[in-house]
Amino acid sequence: MTVKVKVEHVTKIFGPYPKAILEKVKSGGSKNEILAHTGHTIGVYDASFEVHAGETFVIMGLSGSGKSTLIRCLNLLNRPTDGNIYIDDENIVNYTKKELLALRKKKLAMVFQHFGLLPHRNVLRNVEYGLEVRGISKEERTKTAKTVLAGVGLEGWEDKKISELSGGMQQRVGLARALANDPDILLMDEPFSALDPLIRREMQYELLDIQAKLKKTIIFITHDVNEAFKIGDRVAVMKDGKIEQIGTPKELITNPQTQYIEEFIKDIDRSKVMQARNVMFKTSALVYLKDGPRVALKAMESNGISSVFVVSSERKLKGIVTIEDTIRAIKEDQPLEDILKNDFYTTGPDTYIQELIPMATDTKYPIAVTDENDKLLGIIVRVSVLSGLV
Amino acid sequence: MYDFPEIWRLELGVYIDIFIDWLKTNYGTFFDVINDVILWSMVYVEKFLQWLPWWFVVAIVFILGWRLKNLFSGLVFALLIFIVGTFGLWDLMMSTLTIVLASVIISLLIGIPIGIFMTNSSHLDAIIKPILDGMQTMPSFVYLIPAVILFALGKVPAVFATTIYALPPVIRLTNLGIRQVPKEMVEAAESFGSSRWQLLTKVQLPQALPTIMAGINQTTMMALAMVVISSMIGAKGLGMEVLIAINRLDIARGFESGLSIVFLAIIIDRISQYIANRFETS
Repeated sequence: MTVKVKVEHVTKIFGPYPKAILEKVKSGGSKNEILAHTGHTIGVYDASFEVHAGETFVIMGLSGSGKSTLIRCLNLLNRPTDGNIYIDDENIVNYTKKELLALRKKKLAMVFQHFGLLPHRNVLRNVEYGLEVRGISKEERTKTAKTVLAGVGLEGWEDKKISELSGGMQQRVGLARALANDPDILLMDEPFSALDPLIRREMQYELLDIQAKLKKTIIFITHDVNEAFKIGDRVAVMKDGKIEQIGTPKELITNPQTQYIEEFIKDIDRSKVMQARNVMFKTSALVYLKDGPRVALKAMESNGISSVFVVSSERKLKGIVTIEDTIRAIKEDQPLEDILKNDFYTTGPDTYIQELIPMATDTKYPIAVTDENDKLLGIIVRVSVLSGLV
Repeated sequence: MYDFPEIWRLELGVYIDIFIDWLKTNYGTFFDVINDVILWSMVYVEKFLQWLPWWFVVAIVFILGWRLKNLFSGLVFALLIFIVGTFGLWDLMMSTLTIVLASVIISLLIGIPIGIFMTNSSHLDAIIKPILDGMQTMPSFVYLIPAVILFALGKVPAVFATTIYALPPVIRLTNLGIRQVPKEMVEAAESFGSSRWQLLTKVQLPQALPTIMAGINQTTMMALAMVVISSMIGAKGLGMEVLIAINRLDIARGFESGLSIVFLAIIIDRISQYIANRFETS
């Protein structure tokens, strides 16, 4: 994987003498101390991370955690006080004004929380803005803008005023404006936070769709854990200007490194992040088809359960037998094959828990997890799906 | 006993006097050239305005009022300017209008760039704002004196004094308008690699336009108010009529010319406000 953006020990301090304060911070003063004694605000302190090409990297934190400051360092809307930022292995921190403008024109585009659209221009002319700044001809930019607008579902809205659009549509225009420039990197500063929940969800899925097609490198800011975990390939959690932990959503949930992150992910709806493979267990309580009813009864007895899955010699799932049927089969000397039932649910290992909930409420058996060859990988007991709901 | 000590008398006025004298002796030619250019262009504008047939001007005022607001406004404005004609003050009104126009144009040429410039630095802002406060509180008569010394008597010193008096609102409101442009909008423009000039012309000025228009309206009204005072230094127009009427205690003449100024003010104020509102809504 190629590294697209590399951030190295970036610090941003606001105030009249940021460089002088830097030393004090390094020698260990807290954010509040520095603010009280010197009037300088530490926006970001010693942030380091890498973003790979085609990855969606989410920076999550509460308001005041420095996440918006950090994303603005990436296109130098904020000049970092210290540290280096590499884009395609070029350190942009020392860029001249000319180089910086070229970088912003070609490689980066940004989407804003309150859209940042120009109300004196219509939808089309807003989307054209970036192309216009680059000096692209009128026909060409109109053509590009129309294509991009159609891509975000705003065909036919080209001549409308911005004020005539709903919030969700305005942010589509914001997204289209960013995409029109065909940037490698998309910076998104809480793009969906100002939208109502239904529209927000719609836009999240739309972004995932667009990303699946275009494979941009996206750096996405949010304060919403659920949004972060839904969209992000990897998530960085920020607190008081520092990055607390970076990892995939699953890593953060299964292995939170600080108390703060633990608190944070209490909020998370685990069923949207955890997959069948995370909650299934490889049970010893299964019987082979050739074993016969007595072995099945033994297996149920020793495990204290009332039904057991039956597999072939290649561990392929054949069915399930219940205690009642097994006892009858022993009495009537039937083979296991005759009493196999198939009214249980099976699922793949990558299914999200959320999708298992209806199954779990419907069935009285555990859910079987199988691979594509029907091989039994493990079982999920209903309690491990449903307990997450309360 | 407790009188202010004589010894601390600061002869600031004398230094101002010396400074103006110094300007006159060293840059006299410069001011003469300005004088000639402004005078020359004003004479032509005035001649043109006075050459326009009266009914044409009435029609223009009517159409402006009608298109920008409604039929009623158009009719009222046309009636008002017609009444000025019936007072026999038509040509003098055009002279006044010429001075107002010249002052406003010069104010905008100086004021809008200064206003824009002020947005670049808070230091500059902190320096210029008190100067503007001073310019607005200084009794307007005071401007007449250096105007006369630099440009003698007549139209040009009137324009000079009027410009100084009318300048602050357009500077203030240009500055305010640009500062009020939402930060995200500016950031958005910058994030796409806009140059300073592109940011100004494509985002800041269009966004600030309604506020700037309000500034232009105020500047125009202040210019009109000052024109009356500047008649004291020999600027021909409605103001001079008022001055003559005061000197002769001629109530009739004073009332007619005073009323004409009011009418002219109403028309200019409303029409420029309507234009400003247009920008607001679009």
